[in-house]
Amino acid sequence: MITGRALNRVDGPLKVTGRATYAYEQWEAGRPLYGVVVGATIGKGRITRIETAGAERAPGVRMVLTHRNAPAQGPRDESVQFEYWRAQPVLTGPDVRHHGEPVAFVVATTFEQARGAAGLVRVEYAEGRGRFDFAAHEAEAYVPEVVNAGLPADTAVGDFAAGFAGAPVRIDRRYTTPYAFSMPMEPHACLAEPRGEDLVVHVSCQIVDAAWASVAATLGIAPERVHIVSPYVGGGFGSKLGVHAETILAALAARELRRPVKVALTRQQLFQLVGLRPTSSQRVRLGAGRDGRLAAIAHDVTMHTSPDVEYAEQTAATSRSLYAAPHRATSHRLTPLDLPRGADVRAPGEAPGLLAVESAMDELADALGMDPVELRIRNEPDVDPERGVPYSDRHLVDCLREGARRFGWKHRPATPASVREGRWLVGYGMSAAIRGHFQGPTAVRVRLEPDGTAVVRTDMTDLGTGTYTILTQVAADGLGLPPDRVRTELGRSGYPRSWGSGGSWGAANSATAADRACAALRGQLLDAARSDPRSPLYGSAPADAVFADGRVRVGDASEALDEIVRRHHPEGLEAVGETAFMGDDPNYAAYSIHTYGAHFAEVGVDADTAEVRLRRMLGVFSVGRVLNPKTARSQLIGGMIWGLGAALEEEAVVDPRSGAFVTRDLANYLIPVHADVPDVEAVILDGHDARANPLGAKGIGELGICGAGAAIANAVYNATGVRVRDFPITLEKLLPGLPVDV
Amino acid sequence: MSDSVTRAVGRSRDEGDRLTTVTLHVNHQERRLAVDPRTSLLDALREQLRLGGTKKGCDHGQCGACTVLVNGRRVNSCLTLAVMHEGDDVVTIEGLGDPGDLHPLQAAFVECDGFQCGYCTPGQIVSAVGMLGEVAAGWPSHATADVADPRIALTDEEIRERMSGNLCRCAAYPNIVAAIRGAAAGGPG
Repeated sequence: MITGRALNRVDGPLKVTGRATYAYEQWEAGRPLYGVVVGATIGKGRITRIETAGAERAPGVRMVLTHRNAPAQGPRDESVQFEYWRAQPVLTGPDVRHHGEPVAFVVATTFEQARGAAGLVRVEYAEGRGRFDFAAHEAEAYVPEVVNAGLPADTAVGDFAAGFAGAPVRIDRRYTTPYAFSMPMEPHACLAEPRGEDLVVHVSCQIVDAAWASVAATLGIAPERVHIVSPYVGGGFGSKLGVHAETILAALAARELRRPVKVALTRQQLFQLVGLRPTSSQRVRLGAGRDGRLAAIAHDVTMHTSPDVEYAEQTAATSRSLYAAPHRATSHRLTPLDLPRGADVRAPGEAPGLLAVESAMDELADALGMDPVELRIRNEPDVDPERGVPYSDRHLVDCLREGARRFGWKHRPATPASVREGRWLVGYGMSAAIRGHFQGPTAVRVRLEPDGTAVVRTDMTDLGTGTYTILTQVAADGLGLPPDRVRTELGRSGYPRSWGSGGSWGAANSATAADRACAALRGQLLDAARSDPRSPLYGSAPADAVFADGRVRVGDASEALDEIVRRHHPEGLEAVGETAFMGDDPNYAAYSIHTYGAHFAEVGVDADTAEVRLRRMLGVFSVGRVLNPKTARSQLIGGMIWGLGAALEEEAVVDPRSGAFVTRDLANYLIPVHADVPDVEAVILDGHDARANPLGAKGIGELGICGAGAAIANAVYNATGVRVRDFPITLEKLLPGLPVDV
Repeated sequence: MSDSVTRAVGRSRDEGDRLTTVTLHVNHQERRLAVDPRTSLLDALREQLRLGGTKKGCDHGQCGACTVLVNGRRVNSCLTLAVMHEGDDVVTIEGLGDPGDLHPLQAAFVECDGFQCGYCTPGQIVSAVGMLGEVAAGWPSHATADVADPRIALTDEEIRERMSGNLCRCAAYPNIVAAIRGAAAGGPG
């Protein structure tokens, strides 16, 4: 089997030599024009005057677009089920809804000219009274009809109030999480190229099908005239699920000017134009018996939303499937603020939700005087406690036990703030991890060429997730070919349509579809050979067929695949495999399908400065079958390090006077760097979830972050005895509570 | 389209900017360029020489994706203007190796999976080449135990400290450190 092996990335040599071409680096259309987006400098109000003459007269300028002259665009159509497929019109009117919203777009011959001219656009505003301060407006929250992923806003099982009131040990705490950003290393970029009546759109995106539909709907052109190309994507983490102003503006300008136009957002504009994780205030209530068994659990979350585009992160849904308790309740509330819209950021729901719930579980363990691992094991449910259906393949306890053993959890300081090494206070922390697994419609075509090589094609993307590699592996196994005779081509509209990369569903969807395409090809090859008197396999029994080494064997007889193809299908032979929307797959109604994990962290906290240093971290995960342990481990480690960022670093701060994010670059919005990251290890348990799909594989890309930050936060508490409930845990929050006598 | 746009489209004003010539030695080739003096070294490489391997991640020196070697030293090419480099030797990721003939660090990055999306990767690798030269030359860092000792042990702490100007949002850091450690020791990682 090639699948399951730690194959190096097949796109690796191109990426490490700088030859992988991202959206902004395409030159096949010749020299493009350059576009620069001009953003509003107020947070709420109206444009009263906009003066573009200076910019238009500047050298090299070809076009200045504002709301006054922007071409007509399609409206956001709420009847389109998934928002990333909807039109995304820009420069639609004089209203300014958030700081940085595009107010003008300048196109020039060179980047320097466009940037220089952008500074000459003069805009006057009538500034309105904006709502920018979450805490000040939290009381204005409303109940959304549904939350992200179509989940109910509120749920209740049993009688929470009675169950909580009757519990001998109670935890009732409020946690907050900050505005947070995806911040992929490649800024959002698009090169739009007119070809006759068609438009070729090179764009950095996660879902080609969504980009295709969205560009066509916005520009009001026939979808078959739009061609999306996205072979390499420099990270997305949710922010590239849909296309944004850069793509629409490049496309509009290219159509008007009949020239290729390219646009990349600046790093600062990523803090304004591509969505963000909403800030949250989360109340967690846990009621337990003295034996640690939960009687009642409630998770109530209030978040910000844009008044224009409602986004309700499913943060409270995190606790719906995690622990057993007879009495339970969850709720989501939204507070409208005049800020950039909330959007999916890696592990929407679980990432902020588990920071709160798994911190609260640590507080409960502390109140009970119980080991936090043991507390979680005692609350392991038999069936999904809200849906009442069985779990497909739940191994949370295995992750907890294996992690505790490997990490040396038994050496955890039992008393907080009791271990000091030199100037460092040392502590251990842990957390459970859970992440929902999703399935969506995805098609993959596998083609066997007459030369015996195979080509896998789908509009699926590879954000660094490893899609090129795992589809090569699955197809190699599916056809019995060595991987170097399989080529995977991704990221083009016109290839079979997929749900793309997002929600950790990409690998399972596309690998399952590829596997099914190979199965169909095997059937066709075998039928052709068995019915052909010229074949050594003529009349053989199909049940015994084995595909390996480029041949199909039945008993002692065998024939090379390329011979069968050349004789029966001289043009090549192809088949398409598909996956269904999870709503149409009975397994997803009959079972609660998730991935699981357990995080263990050791931190040192400087006794004088409160500087927190992660010393080591281990995650043990159950994700069904692993298609490639090398790329899987990398994704999990990457997620865990995102958890480090969430626990200690990442926080976007709003100026409540202007609605601007003041931490608008990578020197002020801190993400983990090399020096922050010690030994971080991820271990994946052997597994196979047959209910998820026939391959037994589930999502990996987001599980690593789920709970990781809480494990670090709990380690900080264990090291210091100080519980910080407002994330991230920064020095000024920790320092006042540090023990003075150590 | 409104009149104002049509007017602007109708007038090409490229001639308005004065260009400056500069000669760079890029990956051991002499390249003579006519550039707008506002052009960063990064944009000259990417947009004029079409060497897209050097990446633009932030365009103001905070992410390291644009790292190149100038006269053997690593610099953020977004923070320096092309016209400041008359006669300079510039090495980009394309100058280190080809897909069929990888530099040892490039091979180690593939073997250790020292990247995911690949966008910071050229900067990480070029930065590592420069960094190993700095260690070999005895330049101390914040992580160096004895700053007076010219023989610096290439510990993981040294690598992490010295590579902290190169951000990786996929957070492949442990694998990047393993790749650099391995390549420096003469192995694949």
